[in-house]
Amino acid sequence: MDLNQIYTELIMEHSYNGKNRRVLEEKDREERGHNPNCGDDITLQIKFTGGRISDLAYTGSGCAISQASTSIMIDLIKGKEKEEALELLEIFLEMIKGTELTEEELEMLGDAVVLKNISYMPARVKCAVLAWHTLKGLLGS
Amino acid sequence: MNRVAANYLDPYRSQEGSYGIGLDNKINPYLLKKDFPIFQEKVQGRDLIYLDNAATTQKPYPVIAAVEKYNQAFHGNPHRGAHYLSVKATELYDQARQKVQEFIKARSRKEIIFTRNTTESINLVAYSYGMNFIEENDEILLSIAEHHSNILPWQQVARSRRARLKYMYLDKDGRLSMDEVKRKISNKTKLVCLTQMSNVLGTIFPIKEIIDYAHERGALVLIDGAQGLPHLGVDVGELDADFYVFSAHKMLGPTGIGVLYARESLLEMMPPFQSGGDMIEYVTEDTASFAPLPEKFEAGTPNVEGAVGLAAAIDYLNNIGLDKIYQHEIDLTAYALEKMKGIPYLTLYGPLDLEDRGGIISFNVDKVHPHDLASIVDLDGIALRAGHHCAQPLLNFLQVGASCRISFYLYNTKDDVDKLLESLERARSWFVNGS
Ligand SMILES: Cc1ncc(COP(=O)(O)O)c(C=O)c1O
Ligand SMILES: [Zn+2]
Repeated sequence: MDLNQIYTELIMEHSYNGKNRRVLEEKDREERGHNPNCGDDITLQIKFTGGRISDLAYTGSGCAISQASTSIMIDLIKGKEKEEALELLEIFLEMIKGTELTEEELEMLGDAVVLKNISYMPARVKCAVLAWHTLKGLLGS
Repeated sequence: MNRVAANYLDPYRSQEGSYGIGLDNKINPYLLKKDFPIFQEKVQGRDLIYLDNAATTQKPYPVIAAVEKYNQAFHGNPHRGAHYLSVKATELYDQARQKVQEFIKARSRKEIIFTRNTTESINLVAYSYGMNFIEENDEILLSIAEHHSNILPWQQVARSRRARLKYMYLDKDGRLSMDEVKRKISNKTKLVCLTQMSNVLGTIFPIKEIIDYAHERGALVLIDGAQGLPHLGVDVGELDADFYVFSAHKMLGPTGIGVLYARESLLEMMPPFQSGGDMIEYVTEDTASFAPLPEKFEAGTPNVEGAVGLAAAIDYLNNIGLDKIYQHEIDLTAYALEKMKGIPYLTLYGPLDLEDRGGIISFNVDKVHPHDLASIVDLDGIALRAGHHCAQPLLNFLQVGASCRISFYLYNTKDDVDKLLESLERARSWFVNGS
């Protein structure tokens, strides 16, 4: 594998630009996620309007993969109904596990498919899934 | 099997004519590498550059061959049978113990306890000595640079025994000053636990001076030799340590075997850590009397092949000479530090001079997270460690979230350093310029 297959332009851009990195003025819940080994440490804040995720943002720090994955996830999930978000989370987690996705599923994930190559890097899988697991925690119960 | 291995089919035959020593009587790592089959493997299609020796080291043919020979020809359950193989396994296991005894210069074979690793050795001391002899309000003193495996067992002991855990801190160069030691050791101090060499900063601590001072105050001292022994060696008699622990896998030996050295009088008074087969004399339905040392602390069938591999590793190191190995590491460290100091985007942690330091360098690359860096250099076949190095209290003390670490051993070369620096440059440029 080569550098540009992992640290793609999109991943680099998301890990640097801070558009989803902010504190919500009004939030319903927040949840912290942490990778002890990597030191990745993020906090997600969420705001619902009805059953819809009307706002989602993060703060924290970590490696480029974890930060980019968080930001890409927020772009994908914001505005979605809770059920839809849960479905996307599952599809993403399957992709990182190495499961072949259908064309349709890949399309649903949008930009998040750039993280697919992480499934070939067992040492970095935790970085890629951190935000998604944290969101699952936020949406559960 | 190749020519080098053939020499070692008998695990304990000493090496005739050392490989890897040049005419200048120094290590020639390019030759030495040939003893280590792992360097014939390709990583990401490239030659392996192994700079993670503080985590674990690679094995030379003699070690691999000794373990293989044991399994092919001599395997039996030691101490348990009258048949040939049991006798043979017992003999090899005992010889390995003697090899360790001589290597660290212990007075008696009774003082050498085989364990799984450093962590288990420390746990043995914590549960057998700590839980029974450390009293309420006693103090257990650690350095802030300890590996988690020399912290967590003491947290447990302190909690259970209502003892106090105290730390000695480092100065700005990552050194432990005798002033700090003297400030922290009091007449309440029961036990001082200290690493011989920091696994993050590479600093070598003045353990002899500290042991002498602690003994004057009536405290015992446990030295974690996991990082020290493979590079510096030890003379436990001269050092006068009460406990000394290490792992075979950081000194060219197999995983799953480690050692606890302890003063015989201490081991005599300590109760067994685990119980079961092999560590008993007489057993009735309700009671048992324990086997004499060292078997008292070795419950169950031991790791004979591990012990055999460790003995072969000791032979291998002795044939080259730890002094030459250390000199080689220091030459490499000098070379690396000199280059790294001149690179503006690198932050180095720990002492920048060569005094009292070993071949470990921790650093960060500005704008590249250590884990991303480790993944990127891995694409170039370079193995280094990123993270907290199982020393979170030290990283907190240094106010560093995570760092990258390179650590040298006998087979590393200046080329390894050059290739690493090229790879760092590539990573940095990708993260800053996007190309
Ligand atoms: C200083 C130090 N102590 C203890 C350990 C733990 O060794 P092991 O994992 O073999 O028990 C290590 C290595 O990881 C170490 O560097
Ligand atoms: Zn990470």
